[in-house]
Amino acid sequence: MMRATQVVDEMRPPVPAEPGAGVYSKKLGMWVFLASDVMFFTALIGSYIVLRFGMPSPWAQPGAVLNVPLTGLNTFLLICSSVSMVKAYAAIADGKKYFLRKVPGKRLQDGGLKFWMLITIICGAGFVGVQLIEYIKLVGEGFTPAGYREASLLAEHALADPIKYGAGVAGMYGSTFFTMTGFHGFHVTCGVISMLYLYFTKVLPEKYSAQDYRGIEVIGLYWHFVDLVWIILFTIVYLI
Amino acid sequence: MTTVAHAQPHAHGDAQHAPMSFWRKYIFSTDHKIIGIQFLFVSLFFLLIGGLLAMQIRWQLGFPGKPLPGGGILPESMVQNGVILPEYYIQLVTMHGTFMVFFAIMPLLVGVYANFLIPLKIGTHDMAFPRINMWSFWLALLAGMIMLSGFFVPDGAPRAGWTMYAPLSARPDLSGATISQKLWSISIVVLGLSSVMGSVNYITTIINHRAPGMTWFRMPLSVWSLFITAILAVLALPVLQGAAILLLFDQTLGTHFFDPGAGGQALLWQHLFWFFGHPEVYILILPAMGMASDIIANGSRKPIFGYHSMVFAIIGIAFLGWIVWGHHMFMSGMNPTLGSTFMVSTLLIAVPSAVKVFNWMGTMWRGNLRFHVPMLNAIGFVSMFTIGGLSGIFMAATPVDIPLHDTQFIVAHLHYVLFGGSLFALFAAIPYWYPKMFGRMMSERIGKLHFFLTFIFYNMTFFPMHIIGMGGQMRRIYDPTIYDFLKPQQPLNVFISYSAFALFAVQFLFAFNFLWSLKFGKKAPMNPWEDNGLEWSLPNPAPHGNWAPNTPNVYRGPYEFSAPEAGDKDYLPQYVKLPTDRDPVPAPLPATH
Repeated sequence: MMRATQVVDEMRPPVPAEPGAGVYSKKLGMWVFLASDVMFFTALIGSYIVLRFGMPSPWAQPGAVLNVPLTGLNTFLLICSSVSMVKAYAAIADGKKYFLRKVPGKRLQDGGLKFWMLITIICGAGFVGVQLIEYIKLVGEGFTPAGYREASLLAEHALADPIKYGAGVAGMYGSTFFTMTGFHGFHVTCGVISMLYLYFTKVLPEKYSAQDYRGIEVIGLYWHFVDLVWIILFTIVYLI
Repeated sequence: MTTVAHAQPHAHGDAQHAPMSFWRKYIFSTDHKIIGIQFLFVSLFFLLIGGLLAMQIRWQLGFPGKPLPGGGILPESMVQNGVILPEYYIQLVTMHGTFMVFFAIMPLLVGVYANFLIPLKIGTHDMAFPRINMWSFWLALLAGMIMLSGFFVPDGAPRAGWTMYAPLSARPDLSGATISQKLWSISIVVLGLSSVMGSVNYITTIINHRAPGMTWFRMPLSVWSLFITAILAVLALPVLQGAAILLLFDQTLGTHFFDPGAGGQALLWQHLFWFFGHPEVYILILPAMGMASDIIANGSRKPIFGYHSMVFAIIGIAFLGWIVWGHHMFMSGMNPTLGSTFMVSTLLIAVPSAVKVFNWMGTMWRGNLRFHVPMLNAIGFVSMFTIGGLSGIFMAATPVDIPLHDTQFIVAHLHYVLFGGSLFALFAAIPYWYPKMFGRMMSERIGKLHFFLTFIFYNMTFFPMHIIGMGGQMRRIYDPTIYDFLKPQQPLNVFISYSAFALFAVQFLFAFNFLWSLKFGKKAPMNPWEDNGLEWSLPNPAPHGNWAPNTPNVYRGPYEFSAPEAGDKDYLPQYVKLPTDRDPVPAPLPATH
């Protein structure tokens, strides 16, 4: 009884109000925030497009500097985390919270919020980890936000094959690459931290139920948004 | 979700009576009214800082080469023998604009009044996310402190003008300020975060938390304008944040976004800045319009003229605000065809703006006018905004803008809308809602004196700027007397400076009135202005949790003045139930997901 009132009250003032958007406030708030985040990435991506097509010489060819297969794998990891997020949502909507607990006739992956949330967190953290490794490797090869570092491996390559490595545009290439992927990585990191927080304060103590799983839905919205942004970024930064 | 708007009705009752520590109640408060009051004090402080900077600018322009009175306390890097140095002058210009726009007017309108008024006027207990609301205040304060610290670093404050045009802002070797330019970018990123957090809150609260009977078209115009402003802020601030981040990377990481030498585009900064900047213009004026509408209807004892057209005018202005940013850049070498497009879209904004001005006049027409201080200032707002709007049409027209661009004419226009518009509306709003904030009235006599003196000195200060601007005086020059063609109008510059000093001095009347009334003002009755809004059904000052555990029922629109049903009174509040009124049917609660 107590629980039901709490659920109702968090959505609305304790007494009924005017019909609003028909969704609870946290979800609405997240949608509004995502609208603002869209504008943020629009500013970054818009600047990228303007700068790239304003350059006198063409961009480095895809795959010349960046490791496309590795990042392709990373993209797959992030998409997997979106899938597992949906599975987590579906599991708790059915009231399935179990994890490493014998449920007669069920296997581990048949469901359970705890299992799928953990998978999501691992995939998200894995994405950030791979991105960090990628950054370290790139910087080691001489790719920095300011361009190809003097006397580095990439600087030598660029001297040998200026077209393939976009020698004339290296500065802008580095600037846009690190800014866009960096801010996406920052968003993923924030998502992973939020999910870890929810995992230890709400998921493991079994605070969610089939009647109330709004936290999962709200963080899921954010997570799918971050995933979507990555698919756009992967296409325009790595593939074309 | 929250700490305040929590759980069961009886828990609310407890929350009201539970004694809270001073820190919890006044410092780390999640109560929307306290947060609004915190914003009020902080942004009035920044208004004072911005004013002090303006006085130094006026001293330099009126009396170039003469030692600044009291300049002795400034370090050698700013003044030499008491005379303002050019390097310090450009810091003054930059920081005056930055503080006034981002840390005084914007938080005064949005931080103070969106926080304070929205839950009170729509009849709910608090914001949808009170803790995020608290964060929004503390981040804004942090941003302000970062910005202010720019004065105390070795190179001095930022120097690229408040618009931070690249590459001057992006390259420390050009601007000469290495640290504070970065502080500017960081401060703006933090401020943007604060604004987005606040706006998410305002939008969610207005959509989901209106009291029963408070339909969309029963909302006061102040709430409508704050709602549309929040939408503008949520979509515009991230663009500025993005731009400021790119600028910060140019300054710190060695990227080349705005450095034309390395393939970057300086013009890109202008596009990003003004794509944010023009909606920002409406963020700075729409709440003022909304609050002035409420006050003018009250002072005229008449329903607001054309309520629906007022709402659609707000929406129209906000929409058009997105497609006009190019009019700030007519001189940037823009394609003339594109310039004409921006000219037409800009001129279109005159239509909804004129609708609003005529509606205010229609409201006052044959009204039973009460010239209380808020009403006087609101009338001041309408008249000054009209002048500012008309000079805006000059600049919207490309052929006229080209000679006027970057002259004092622009400065005059900007101050007519920002000081004459927004600040007069604030001088109306502060005494109007003062009783609900502090339980006391501000002095009517000092208020009237302040209004008339401000009105006179304000016009003496800013109107002549149109003339010297047309005479060709450029906007940010250090010393007008070194140009032969500007010498004949130097007496006018001296006149402006004297007026500006008087204008600044008069503001101490307001400050005195504000602070003195906190303790010694007349105790305010519940509804001192005989207004219709829901907030006037609360005791003074409004208690924590507002109406908790209940919410008021709303029976009519907010402007039922002089309605025949009201009997012997000339106002009919939204919360009063007449025998003929039926209770609003509560909406069914939506599913949990």
